[in-house]
Amino acid sequence: MPKVTIDDLTIDVPAGTTVIQAAEKLGIYIPRYCYHPGLSIAGSCRMCLVEIEKAPKLQIACYTFVTEGMIVRTTTEKVIVARQAILEFLLANHPLDCPVCDQAGECKLQEFYMQFGQYDSTLLENKLKKHKAMPIGPHIMLDSERCILCSRCVRFVDEVSKTHELGIFNRGDHSELLPVKGVTVDNPYSGCLADVCPVGALTDRDFRFKVRVWYLDKTESVCHGCSRGCNIEIHANRRRSHHNDGKLVARLKPRFNGEVNGHWMCDAGRYSYKRFESEDRLLQPLVRLTGKGQEKADWTLALSQVDEQVTHQIGRTGVAAAAVIATPDLSNEELYAVRRLFMQGMKIEKIAHRCPADPNGVEDNLLRKSDTFANTYGAGLIIGAPHTADPTVETILEAAGAGKLKTLFIVGDGLLSRYSADVLREKLKNVETLITIQTHGSVLTELATVALPMTTFAETDGTICNSEGRVQHFDQAIPPVGQSRPLLEMLVDLANRWELKAAPRLPESCFAELAGNVEYFSGLTYSKIGDAGVNPSRRSAATATA
Amino acid sequence: MLKLVTKNIGIENSHTLAVAKANGVYSRVEKALAMAPEAIVEDVIKSNLRGLGGAGFPAGRKWSFLPKDSPKPRYLVVNGDEGEPGTVKDKYIMIHDPHLLIEGIIITCFAIRSHKAFIYIRGEYDLPIERVEGAIAEAKAAGILGERVMGRDFALDIVVHRGAGAYICGEETSLLESLEGKRGWPRLKPPFPAVEGYQRCPTVVNNIETLSYVPFVIEMGGQAFADLGSERNGGLRIYSVSGRVNKPGVYELPMGTPLRQIIYDHAGGIAGGRQLKAVIPGGSSAPILTAAEIDVPMDFDSLAKIGSMLGSAGIVVFDETVSIPAALLVLARFYAHESCGQCTPCREGTAWMTKIIQRILDGDGRMGDADNLIRIARNVLGNTICPLGDAAALPVISWVTKFRPEFEEWIKRGRPVSQAPIPVTHIGERTAVAV
Repeated sequence: MPKVTIDDLTIDVPAGTTVIQAAEKLGIYIPRYCYHPGLSIAGSCRMCLVEIEKAPKLQIACYTFVTEGMIVRTTTEKVIVARQAILEFLLANHPLDCPVCDQAGECKLQEFYMQFGQYDSTLLENKLKKHKAMPIGPHIMLDSERCILCSRCVRFVDEVSKTHELGIFNRGDHSELLPVKGVTVDNPYSGCLADVCPVGALTDRDFRFKVRVWYLDKTESVCHGCSRGCNIEIHANRRRSHHNDGKLVARLKPRFNGEVNGHWMCDAGRYSYKRFESEDRLLQPLVRLTGKGQEKADWTLALSQVDEQVTHQIGRTGVAAAAVIATPDLSNEELYAVRRLFMQGMKIEKIAHRCPADPNGVEDNLLRKSDTFANTYGAGLIIGAPHTADPTVETILEAAGAGKLKTLFIVGDGLLSRYSADVLREKLKNVETLITIQTHGSVLTELATVALPMTTFAETDGTICNSEGRVQHFDQAIPPVGQSRPLLEMLVDLANRWELKAAPRLPESCFAELAGNVEYFSGLTYSKIGDAGVNPSRRSAATATA
Repeated sequence: MLKLVTKNIGIENSHTLAVAKANGVYSRVEKALAMAPEAIVEDVIKSNLRGLGGAGFPAGRKWSFLPKDSPKPRYLVVNGDEGEPGTVKDKYIMIHDPHLLIEGIIITCFAIRSHKAFIYIRGEYDLPIERVEGAIAEAKAAGILGERVMGRDFALDIVVHRGAGAYICGEETSLLESLEGKRGWPRLKPPFPAVEGYQRCPTVVNNIETLSYVPFVIEMGGQAFADLGSERNGGLRIYSVSGRVNKPGVYELPMGTPLRQIIYDHAGGIAGGRQLKAVIPGGSSAPILTAAEIDVPMDFDSLAKIGSMLGSAGIVVFDETVSIPAALLVLARFYAHESCGQCTPCREGTAWMTKIIQRILDGDGRMGDADNLIRIARNVLGNTICPLGDAAALPVISWVTKFRPEFEEWIKRGRPVSQAPIPVTHIGERTAVAV
């Protein structure tokens, strides 16, 4: 373990550590453009030049490996001058169009100039003209005048997505980042290009001109697009929503988790935020009163209808003719609340979570998993494990189609991507009391006796388990859309009407009760799960080997 | 006057195998192949043969850096991408004595235990490429190259690779990238080519001229070769002299020959009886010398001592009529055009400096421009991936510092100091510097 001293602070680091990494461990930030921990080292921007004792020239911190006794200084006159020089060079042909640039506010040129630059311009020459506002793919816009040629994007398409759409063409200051001739940048991870670009050269077309980044509030969350559970941030524009047609969520960004998604996320996940506030969100409860069609209702009426209709139906046809479908799109807390009320409270035997595979699921070697449910693992533990029958969604729908089920709860999303509207209509036509708890309006809510609007994962707290069993926590980013309510609250209200025990109303308390009842989660709390999640299956594997 | 590498130049058909053999080429192979490879390396270290492409790194020491225990194949890559303005020496060797080069390659490959050599030749060099390829074909047909070199248990193949027109590909690591079929961008070092070179295998990269001297080291022995030159600078080398001299051309002279002697005794002095103004001693990247500084021995260490460099020994002579700012624009434009664009200081700095010099020449200079040029050049210097940044910065710093009044006068008056028109002439060989 070589010992290195950086700005008078000393640390032992493993051999093979670079100066920039060692500095980071000491809390010293060395400015950089081309260096990205998820990509190979280019060493070309020269922003991270530092002084190393006994070296005649400044060295780049990103490619200098720590050796025993190395003494590094990052704030000497020589280093300061070099940083200023690099910024001056980078701006020599930069258009300085910050007022109309979407990167403004999260641009490393702006940030480092404020921190390390701020000198008077000595530039009298004309700047070069290059390609502006060039759509190079469905998600990415290129402005090559803003490009500082750090080559992060080129390395991303070469090393991570392995799709090789980008290159740097021409020489000298005429060097220009461009897509390879005739090629469109539309790989499944192309949105990451806007993330790796430290300046405004590659921007997300979806985000362009939507909102200034300094109006965004960032919430840590976990993508629900598939069973990978990529760690993300939800960026919501709570204070200036009129800038964005009243919509709050402006974008999703990947959040680093070395155990799950590294620095990346797929485009399908990235743009999945649109469903939070889409036109087809179910904004209000719907009830079907006897002898009338379906009508919008308030929560009091809707819950009393669920109470009356279900009580009446079960009283007439019995609990054996009742079933629940709880899809693995629900969080662990929500699944536990379903189990608590329906299984333990109402004693319904048929509770199904296992759905057929999503025909649109895609699996690759990077992130995407073909299981498009976020919490299949958790559903198996919470719903699947405790009971012996363990019916599948398929068998429940078969039974319903055969007229054997009279009461059916469908809780959670995901059936629509697996069954056509016609099939669902056919299967559900004999169900007399159909209660749906869904985020979006669909054929299910159309058929429902009572349709209750539920929050999406952006509007509530919770945990999910990814395909490896890692328990990860997501935070509420925005208030519930329309009159939708968190499932936990709804179930508490229903339980009260039926004088049954329900799981706690608050997700954190609900998780505590879950942890006390399901062995897999024992000992866990939200604070233990933290930002990065924990994997109890590894813990048990470790104990087993020990 | 002793000549080694240029000995056969002037003999009719010196590039053909028969003539070359009759004049001693390949006579050293037998001796070398009877030696232990390590002994050859030792002898070359003793000879003080330096890397004559420009960096001046001792050739034998470079060979000794190859890892001893690597299971990977080793390669010799011959740098014939002669692009340094003012330098035309490798071209002459390839045109007139390509078999001497092959002889040097055979001995070197044997010494470093390599069985494959690449000769990377500047794309514009049509005749040199034709001659080298012809010589390789002749050597193969005669059993000099192939599975058994001259009947010995040693296999060697040589492949010619034609460059595509980039100065940067003369830098050894971008040459390797280019040779691998990639964009000619210099690599980060370490690893150096000796450890990870062509296809990430141990590789020695040597200049044409360096390798052409190797047979003579074998012939006369390392010590005798070293004694021909000056201290730590063994043997002879070829000086390319161009510019305002009476007899521009290539001159093979001992290392350490004084610059004054080369200009006045060998190249015939300044043309038209005019006064000497300045000299570039080692290719365009070398800091300029004033007329008062030419009593310097032309070897790597002596020139380094006075703040310049021997480099490729491309000597460009300026007489009193040459406008220094106008000449600097030619160089600055060259470096801006040839900067590969990979790293920031060189990419932006070379172009920026060119624009400032152009603006001064256009009559729109500002008094701060001279200082700003030096400041920008210093910000490029030492901060780049490869030496091209330094090569562009050093002339700007030295020219503006040493001829500052000329720049300031032009800035003040908005036009050249001299009322005489700037002569645009080509003297002698088609030299790179036309002012």
